[in-house]
Amino acid sequence: MQLTNRSKQVSNKEMTFSERMYLPAIAGGLRVTFAHMFKKGATVQYPEQVREHSAVFRGQHVLKRDAKGRENCTACGLCAVACPAEAITIVAGERQKGEEHLYREEKYAVQYDINMLRCIFCGLCEEACPKDAIYLTDRIVPSNYEREDFIFRKEDLVETVALEGRIDITKRKKDK
Amino acid sequence: MILISVLTFKAGLAMIMFLITLGIAAYSTYFERKVAAFMQDRIGPNRAGPLGLLQPIADGVKMIFKEEHRPEGSNRILFILGPSIAMLTALMTSAVIPWGKSITIGGTEYPLQVADINVGILYVFGVVSLGVYGILIGGWSSNNKYSLLGAVRASSQMISYELAMGLSIIPIILGSSSLQLSEIVTSQYEVWNVFKYPVGFLIFLICAFAETNRTPFDLPECETELVGGYHTEYTSMKLGFFLFSEYVNMFVSSAVIATLFFGGYHFPFMSLLPAGLAAIIGIAVMFGKVIFFIFFFMWIRWTIPRFRYDQLMHLGWQVLMPLAILLIVVYGAIFSFI
Repeated sequence: MQLTNRSKQVSNKEMTFSERMYLPAIAGGLRVTFAHMFKKGATVQYPEQVREHSAVFRGQHVLKRDAKGRENCTACGLCAVACPAEAITIVAGERQKGEEHLYREEKYAVQYDINMLRCIFCGLCEEACPKDAIYLTDRIVPSNYEREDFIFRKEDLVETVALEGRIDITKRKKDK
Repeated sequence: MILISVLTFKAGLAMIMFLITLGIAAYSTYFERKVAAFMQDRIGPNRAGPLGLLQPIADGVKMIFKEEHRPEGSNRILFILGPSIAMLTALMTSAVIPWGKSITIGGTEYPLQVADINVGILYVFGVVSLGVYGILIGGWSSNNKYSLLGAVRASSQMISYELAMGLSIIPIILGSSSLQLSEIVTSQYEVWNVFKYPVGFLIFLICAFAETNRTPFDLPECETELVGGYHTEYTSMKLGFFLFSEYVNMFVSSAVIATLFFGGYHFPFMSLLPAGLAAIIGIAVMFGKVIFFIFFFMWIRWTIPRFRYDQLMHLGWQVLMPLAILLIVVYGAIFSFI
């Protein structure tokens, strides 16, 4: 069966004089390498240039706030249950009087840790969340020197109160 | 008075040549990495300074500040002597190479050549063959099997190829009837030697690759088999000297190739220009040729894979040497009958 027409018949014949000299072959090789000097490389210079992610890329998580700047998360724990890698740790707390501007509902997450070394970025937490609180974004989890530094605390995950600093998750939302 | 001014000029020239040799060798390392990168569709060093131009300095600083280490059971004096000899012999050769036509300032002629000795080409071969001692001593004194193997390979390879190299230039010496490098260059005023002795040039070029231990003849170092060959046990600036002397050797052999076969500082239509201008352009042309051959060394390196050791010996002794002897006979016959 012939798949491509690139196959070559191999033979054991004696090499001719010019073949045994190798010089024509070397000249051919030099031509190939020289031609490559002017080819455009495929390098993406990472920290400055970022290769565009696909629309369904799942990267570092974000904990969303609502339009008034209140945290969406109510510490129901569905994300932690859904998580197949058991990367999420939640400790729930009750909202006190005077904290209405911080948390949207009466219950909130006192502690919300995601271990980025355990996380497999499957996006099940996002699917499980009934409150639109957690999303995976197109940001890449940065490298670190210590294992400890890969456990992202709530402060690292929650987005800013100011609207300008919010993280765009429209791509992920469309998906749902 | 004239003698003193010429002497000061020579001392200055020697100093400048020393600095230029080191500078070009340092930037060859950068250039090599860039050429390698371009040939492999990569970008190469571009972080240290604009276009990565400060990379050689960063590498040098790194080398100097690395920890000094001497393996147990090694001979301390020889261990230091090895890289010193390698570096010394690499730097000595450039003294006899004519870098340009002599410049006349105020009635005094200043030749752009540090030492115009009458056995110039023999001096080059003598010094180059001393270079093998650096490698051999360095490899032996390391008290390491890989180093020793690398050193043995290096010495047998360099001795084998020196023969063919020396024989390949005898036709040139016959043709210009002089061993003096400045004479050989002036004899190429009309026709470059490469057109008169193309086969001799080919032999010389191949031997130059073997003498400088560059791919495809880099068996003394070959990382894949011998870890690092003769410099396996070296660290810090001693390793730097070994690596650096390879680049200096590359620069010097490029200069020798340009001098012997490509007319040195001569370029086409040189006689149409005024003497002073021609001399200055001549220096630039000479360095252009040298840089082209340095590029050629790198071009070959990223094109041809390494030889097997028996192939190397076969090529040296059974192909290049008989061919060189045949050339001597042919050119000798031509010169004696015409």
